[in-house]
Amino acid sequence: MVTYFKEILTGFYSLLAGMAVTIKYFVKPIVTVQYPRQKLSMSPAYRGHTEFVLDLETGTHRCIACEMCARICPSQLITVEGVKIDPKKKVPRKYVIEYQYCSLCGLCVESCPTKALKFSEEYRLAGFSREDCVVDLLARLQAQQQRAGLAVTPRPEARREEGEAKPEGEVKG
Amino acid sequence: MHEPGQEEKTYVLNFGPQHPSTHGVLRVELQMEGEFITKAAPDIGYGHRGHEHMAENRNYQQFLPNMGRVDYLHALAYNQGYCMAVEKLTGLEVPERAEFIRVITAELNRIASHLLWVGAYLLDLGAFTPFLYCFDDRENILDLLDRVTGSRLTYCYYRFGGVPKDIDDEFMAGCRAFITRLRGRFKDYDDLVTKNIIFIKRTRDIGVISKEQCVRYGLTGPMVRGSGIPYDIRKSEPYSVYPRFDFEIPIGERGDIMDRYLVRIREMAQSLRIIEQALDKLPDGPIMAEKVPKRIKPAAGEVYQAVETARGEFGCYIVSEGDIKPYRIKLRVPSFGNLSILPEIAVDTLVADLVAILGSIDVVVPEIDR
Repeated sequence: MVTYFKEILTGFYSLLAGMAVTIKYFVKPIVTVQYPRQKLSMSPAYRGHTEFVLDLETGTHRCIACEMCARICPSQLITVEGVKIDPKKKVPRKYVIEYQYCSLCGLCVESCPTKALKFSEEYRLAGFSREDCVVDLLARLQAQQQRAGLAVTPRPEARREEGEAKPEGEVKG
Repeated sequence: MHEPGQEEKTYVLNFGPQHPSTHGVLRVELQMEGEFITKAAPDIGYGHRGHEHMAENRNYQQFLPNMGRVDYLHALAYNQGYCMAVEKLTGLEVPERAEFIRVITAELNRIASHLLWVGAYLLDLGAFTPFLYCFDDRENILDLLDRVTGSRLTYCYYRFGGVPKDIDDEFMAGCRAFITRLRGRFKDYDDLVTKNIIFIKRTRDIGVISKEQCVRYGLTGPMVRGSGIPYDIRKSEPYSVYPRFDFEIPIGERGDIMDRYLVRIREMAQSLRIIEQALDKLPDGPIMAEKVPKRIKPAAGEVYQAVETARGEFGCYIVSEGDIKPYRIKLRVPSFGNLSILPEIAVDTLVADLVAILGSIDVVVPEIDR
């Protein structure tokens, strides 16, 4: 009988002690952020989709279309098409990532021999269709150059070689 | 009781797969007699993604992001287990600083996992307030890990031979601030949860697992430690730089839900100790081994590496045939073993207690299905 009442008392006290904790935090500053009106800054290591590094010395990207990134990508979502503008230099004609398949491992950025890639700080990436997630890195770079007031890198023309027709929409290997 | 002349009938209740207390897509088929369970049969495989098969179709680096998605709550331990297995296979030496960084981040991730468990488990039991406090604390860890790993949940941070990004002073200061903060919070958790009469009534002497059952079912992690067996891979088969730290393995006495809860809470305090020591002893030096080959092509052979995750022993078994792709990768996941005891301890309990027992196992269903 004594233990019965003792348990009721200690039980009631434990509930009050818990309530005291709640009240303690009730008067403390708010930790939540009202998202659309307030925004947190992204961390410096945040991984958005990849984008070209705008090299300020040359005013353009550093990509040499070696396809290292396309080969290491676990989801095979990078499509690079290079074109030779002179016998020693190769530049990408097309660099497209299908971000919806990306698992954000960062292997492409690490494997790049010329450090031409970095992560963007884009985080509002929701879209209505699959095509909304496809990012054209060259177009992105051009827009970036325009904003910075630099000369826009033109998209190199594909060189037509005689007797060899490449089908459009080639399946990537 | 049955009315005279009425047939005795058992009732089949489907618990899940879309039930918030199953923490994923786990279905438990329950045979009920009134309010009591006579048989519980877990049905798994709803979230099967074929990770092991994926490993056979891609090379060693390309399998790295998968390791963040098997157990999404303690992803860094999986990263570590896989990386260590491949390093063992290829004979890569990891620099000391990288090992320390791995330990710090993996322990932070372990605390995040336990905090999420405490919050979500109490949510199962009907307490909403602790959930918010746990997530508030966990948010701090996610912010810290975000600074170094670049992601908040599905980490892909370790590489063969080290880590790709060094930790900075701000991260270390943040870690120390977090250690002080969480140590101050333990008293609040104590008042709010551990001493709470409702919580005690729902967890004391419920779901008792004996030592003998633990061994018979091959349980690992807080499940086995809650029953009083001090088995922790970090101590029993030391890996990485864990032997250099001074920490204890908390164990329970009775093997009930309360003990498992206490073990996890005390483990967080021990993880904080490890992080503190690692921050103090952090050596300078490179974070990546020299001469890491671009293409990992180990010689033929096989290797097994076990690490302690928040849920128990994770083992990575790799068979190589000297190719750039592994011949076979077998992942030994702790939740699968831990769940296997459910049919035995769920018998003759109430449905409400089943929720409490299932939650205390701390299953991560994607890990079971993998």
